[in-house]
Amino acid sequence: MSAVLDHPGAHAHDHEHHAPTGWRRWVFATNHKDIGTLYLLFSFTMLMIGGLLALGIRAELFQPGLQVVNPELFNQLTTMHGIIMVFGAIMPAFVGFANWMLPLQIGASDMAFARMNNFSFWLMVPAGLILVLSFFMPGGAPAAGWTLYAPLTLQMGPSMDAAIFAMHILGASSIMGSINIIVTILNMRAPGMTLMKMPMFAWTWLITAYLLIAVMPVLAGAITMTLTDRHFGTSFFNPAGGGDPIMYQHIFWFFGHPEVYIMILPAFGIISQVVPAFARKKLFGYTSMVYATASIAILSFIVWAHHMFTTGMPVTGQLFFMYATMLIAVPTGVKIFNWVATMWKGSMTFETPMLWAVGFIFVFTMGGFTGLMLSMAPLDINFQDTYYVVAHFHYVLVAGSLFAMFAGFYYWGPKWTGVMYNETRGKIHFWWSMISFNVTFFPMHFLGLAGMPRRYADYPMQFADFNAIASVGAFAFGLAQVYFFLAVVLPMMRGQGEKAPQKPWEGAEGLEWEVPSPAPHHTFETPPKLDATATRIVG
Amino acid sequence: MKQSGQAGCRCEGGVLRRVWGALGTAALVAGVWVGQAQAAVNDLPGGPAVNQLNFHPPATRIAEEQHWLHWFMLAICATIFVVVFGIMFYSIAKHRKSVGHQAQQLPEPIWVELGWTIVPLLIVIGMALPATKVIVAQKDTSNADLTIKVVGMQWKWGYEYLKGEGEGIQFLSTLDPQHRLMSDSGKVTPTDDYLLKVDNPLVVPVGKKVRIITTANDVIHAWMVPAFGVKQDAIPGFVRDTWFRAEKTGDFYGQCAELCGKEHAYMPIHVKVVSQEDYSKWVAEQKKAMAAKADDPNKEWTLAELKARGEQVYAANCAACHQANGKGAGPIKPLDGSAMVTDADHGKMLAVLLNGVNGAAAQMPAWKQLSDVELAAVMTFVRNSWSNSTGDVVQPKEVVAARQ
Amino acid sequence: MSATTHGGTPYYYVPGLSRHPALAAFGLFFVILGAGQWINGVEWGKWSLAFGLAWWLVVLYQWFRDAVHESESGLYSRKIDVSYRWSMSWFIFSEVMFFGAFFTALWWARSHAVPTLGNLENALIWPNFQAVWPSVQPGATASPAGIVEPFQTVGPFWLPTINTALLLTSGVTLTIAHHALQDDHRTKAIAFMWLTVLLGATFLVVQAYEYFHAYTDLNLKLSSGIFGSTFYMLTGFHGLHVFVGMLMLIVITLRLQKGHFTKDRHFGFEGAAWYWHFVDVVWLFLYVLVYWM
Ligand code: HEA
Ligand code: HEA
Ligand code: CUA
Ligand SMILES: [Cu+2]
Repeated sequence: MSAVLDHPGAHAHDHEHHAPTGWRRWVFATNHKDIGTLYLLFSFTMLMIGGLLALGIRAELFQPGLQVVNPELFNQLTTMHGIIMVFGAIMPAFVGFANWMLPLQIGASDMAFARMNNFSFWLMVPAGLILVLSFFMPGGAPAAGWTLYAPLTLQMGPSMDAAIFAMHILGASSIMGSINIIVTILNMRAPGMTLMKMPMFAWTWLITAYLLIAVMPVLAGAITMTLTDRHFGTSFFNPAGGGDPIMYQHIFWFFGHPEVYIMILPAFGIISQVVPAFARKKLFGYTSMVYATASIAILSFIVWAHHMFTTGMPVTGQLFFMYATMLIAVPTGVKIFNWVATMWKGSMTFETPMLWAVGFIFVFTMGGFTGLMLSMAPLDINFQDTYYVVAHFHYVLVAGSLFAMFAGFYYWGPKWTGVMYNETRGKIHFWWSMISFNVTFFPMHFLGLAGMPRRYADYPMQFADFNAIASVGAFAFGLAQVYFFLAVVLPMMRGQGEKAPQKPWEGAEGLEWEVPSPAPHHTFETPPKLDATATRIVG
Repeated sequence: MKQSGQAGCRCEGGVLRRVWGALGTAALVAGVWVGQAQAAVNDLPGGPAVNQLNFHPPATRIAEEQHWLHWFMLAICATIFVVVFGIMFYSIAKHRKSVGHQAQQLPEPIWVELGWTIVPLLIVIGMALPATKVIVAQKDTSNADLTIKVVGMQWKWGYEYLKGEGEGIQFLSTLDPQHRLMSDSGKVTPTDDYLLKVDNPLVVPVGKKVRIITTANDVIHAWMVPAFGVKQDAIPGFVRDTWFRAEKTGDFYGQCAELCGKEHAYMPIHVKVVSQEDYSKWVAEQKKAMAAKADDPNKEWTLAELKARGEQVYAANCAACHQANGKGAGPIKPLDGSAMVTDADHGKMLAVLLNGVNGAAAQMPAWKQLSDVELAAVMTFVRNSWSNSTGDVVQPKEVVAARQ
Repeated sequence: MSATTHGGTPYYYVPGLSRHPALAAFGLFFVILGAGQWINGVEWGKWSLAFGLAWWLVVLYQWFRDAVHESESGLYSRKIDVSYRWSMSWFIFSEVMFFGAFFTALWWARSHAVPTLGNLENALIWPNFQAVWPSVQPGATASPAGIVEPFQTVGPFWLPTINTALLLTSGVTLTIAHHALQDDHRTKAIAFMWLTVLLGATFLVVQAYEYFHAYTDLNLKLSSGIFGSTFYMLTGFHGLHVFVGMLMLIVITLRLQKGHFTKDRHFGFEGAAWYWHFVDVVWLFLYVLVYWM
């Protein structure tokens, strides 16, 4: 066996034309589809863990008074919920989609660096493990919020260092993953697949990957300074030695704001694939979609301090960051309008992927509007660090990123597994999630307006009702995801269900639909010949 | 919704029905509970109202303008929302395959794309103009009548009147320990100012421009009073400022709005706005009380005196973590039976109180902001309570010496 | 895996199953676990760290050995060459951003944090602090809280200037080696490569001596307030990168000696050279911003 492993040479290749089997297939994987599957399973596991932590938060907040956890543990739950969801669930899930779909969409045989691809994945596992284990370290998990603001981080126990190292590793994984994606897209497109003919998902990921390699190292720098401040006597964030705690926030948010777009741009990409497929039309304004995505990415580098309006920056700073932030509404609007225009005069059907896509557009826009409210500095003075912010980012992250992933799963899942999902169950999953999501997070707007601060283990009694409703909604939403896994994902993974045709969606376009379902282990080993639109294979 | 639910039941059998049943029960329970809570708690004027849907009723001009700005934004966003989704849902209703609609490729004239770039841009500019006005006004802290320094500490607020009538007054403001205990017990009896009641509210005169200078002792906190439209981070080592001019008298409440450790939820803010006469009266009283209370650290105190005083200090400052019974909880070290506490060398415990502990195994904030007498009292109390019985007295002058 | 017939260069070589990535990640688990424990004084931490590092280095060695072998067996097409070029450039870009964070810290501290700490308003908290950089001048407390012992800074003369000369010269020798390789003068290339490595090593020795001098004679330490923090973290991370770059150069030189690379295909060489030039440029910024200003 090990003769095949790692020993390049002419004879080794043809053994691997057949899908390798057993645990080696997964642990030693170099196939982009297998690695994509690994990423998706990993991120779903993290979604469950992060979700359980969220349920801990919601259980505690169900009623005033501390019934379930003590305040220390509460802060740990909040912090680790945020970190695990952002770094463990959402980001890897999109990388999983990228792994599965990019080579298929652009007609490449695999990712550019297959082994490094697997390395990116396997780095996530030790890091994820350490993050989860941090709950069992002396003093418990980090409890300084996912933003890890200094100087509170200096008061944390040993788990803080573990988390910092874990995030270094996650950052390295992201950087390698992004380099892989950039190189794959720039260098491995089939002849004829020009950049401006590329599917939108590939475009959004290309831009996202640039964001990632630009900002992940900055996060690494910020938490490295935290580490040396904690243990090696430096004073980066310690005013007593001439440092500044606010400097941490600037460096962190220079990463943090692009990070939130890292979590939404691939979602835009998925939606831009699903909507045309079910409207049976071309995507309206393809070119402007590309430019809008790029504008969002570029603007995202100059808006970071909108997270810091209450730190007391000079009014000129507030104005600059307010204006820059508000500008982002413009390219984002272009995307929304283009989607609606794509639907306009289409011939729409509403299979589950389309439901999720429409749901995404509807609910994400609400989150976008609350974002706009937050970007108004005078209003943010009231909103900052209240549940209004929590409501905002769950609207864009859960109803944005997560819903788009569901859309993508139902859309491409048949290609991955070779079987169709159960349409009824898909619709149940959608409606159930959609309703319980809003039950959970809509009331948080009111809480925030009324001034309930976030990261609070207990709250004045006037806030009780909305909190109770949100908690009930959260459990219902969580159950919906369990249902999704048991009733939709598992059967598909087991191959139970109707056999999926090569192209299950009448209106879908793109190279991924030119290969059989399930996609064979190896595809496009020689570059396919494409037609003029680069969506079909000729000859 | 209902339909898909039924459809689900057909293929899922009992499981789904049970799930829906459970959800229904949960909703019902919540509903009943919600109903009860509503009956028991009342609005807190100047603080949150029951199921409040919008900002607090404004008590300053700035807050009023923010209020207006919020409605203004809400109206514009709601309009755009209705228009965009009106079109989308119209399309969803009309342009679907099931009603026989055929897909038509649309032309993509440049003016469409330009139009929906430029119009939103104009809208955004229209939003930015009034916001600019408000933020500029909000940042102008000049010409204040009264300047107060606010110090965030884990986990209480310190107030110090720096300039204007009342100069020199200073005190700490802590959550009512009763509320903290109630929170821990998990059984909260309906209380209108639950978690908002403090021992010493900040008192300011109505109609005067009050400049608040914030800073912090340990980590970042944020001083917020929603009814004033004010929130300002308190950053250790740096000073920042904000201001308000309250337009009506009354009590106004806020809470710490920056994660500052485990008791983050328990450091409320209470501002009492009083008429000018009442304010002058209050200042006079405070000055008198301060003169009377000005403890002479050189005085020799008796065990009983110090213990009695220490019990109050303990309840206000220490009980939140170390518990009323001194047993601590979780990572919080017990004081009852602690070798360090009962050590014959007072210096060990004093060092902890003055400097705090910042290690991997234990964390404790520094308490140097307490007065010499208070520290001596609380030490004496702790060393002679529960099962601790050293029987000796820690005199304030030991604290004075240790501070050097 | 390749689509072409045996023997020929595949269109785009995709390696088969490989144990290296998972094993490397396995090693890194012990690295981060151990490092996190060790700095908190847990005894077994350093053993875990050492084990993990050793494990990881062995895996990396095998991994690179395989990649070199693949390259030398002619599996890498022109396309792969391009892939390597893109990836190395963007990797270097990410390194630039990493240094960017620390340069930003320096800029923020000098032009914002320290002046603010010393302004009139902040006299409320730090009445005795005068905002001068690097806070060591007579009369100024070395830090707002006075927690920093007085120290002296390292001026540009002479060690840093010598180091600048060393690095710049190494850039030249490296380029000479590159031209030599392109002209197929392998021996000359190898000689100049070793010269480059030597210059890099000398740089590191001088840097180490400078640190020693700073610690013992100037009382400038990592804990010397914000100045010490930025000084050591910037120069330290740079030094680390010089070290890594040197390792790359050594590997490349050994490969040259083994007869790897051809006069028109030698991306391994060029990648290492790019990295070296990057390290060089970072130094120039350091030289100006840290030592001169
Ligand atoms: C996927 C993630 C995501 C996305 C896409 C966004 C999108 C936006 N966010 Fe959000 N945000 C977060 C994730 C995200 N955010 C997170 C996680 C936090 C909290 C971090 C923390 O503190 O923990 C946060 C916090 C946050 C703050 C700081 C709040 C505070 O802490 O006080 C602000 C302030 O400006 C803000 C603004 C915005 C804006 C203006 C957008 C815009 O991009 C939205 C643009 C979209 C629209 C406007 C809707 C569609 C447009 C139209 C239909 C066109 C017509 C419209 C007009 C002309 C108005 N966000
Ligand atoms: C990135 C994505 C993401 C996602 C998907 C979520 C998902 C959820 N979040 Fe999260 N959240 C964040 C990102 C995210 N969050 C961030 C960044 C913060 C800020 C952290 C900080 O302040 O530092 C935050 C903070 C945050 C808070 C504020 C905490 C505080 O301020 O103290 C709350 C409170 O309600 C909350 C709730 C939820 C809920 C109920 C879900 C639900 O959608 C989760 C649903 C999933 C499940 C529930 C799991 C599946 C179910 C099981 C495993 C089985 C068990 C189920 C049952 C028995 C019902 N989140
Ligand atoms: Cu103080 Cu939160
Ligand atoms: Cu942001």
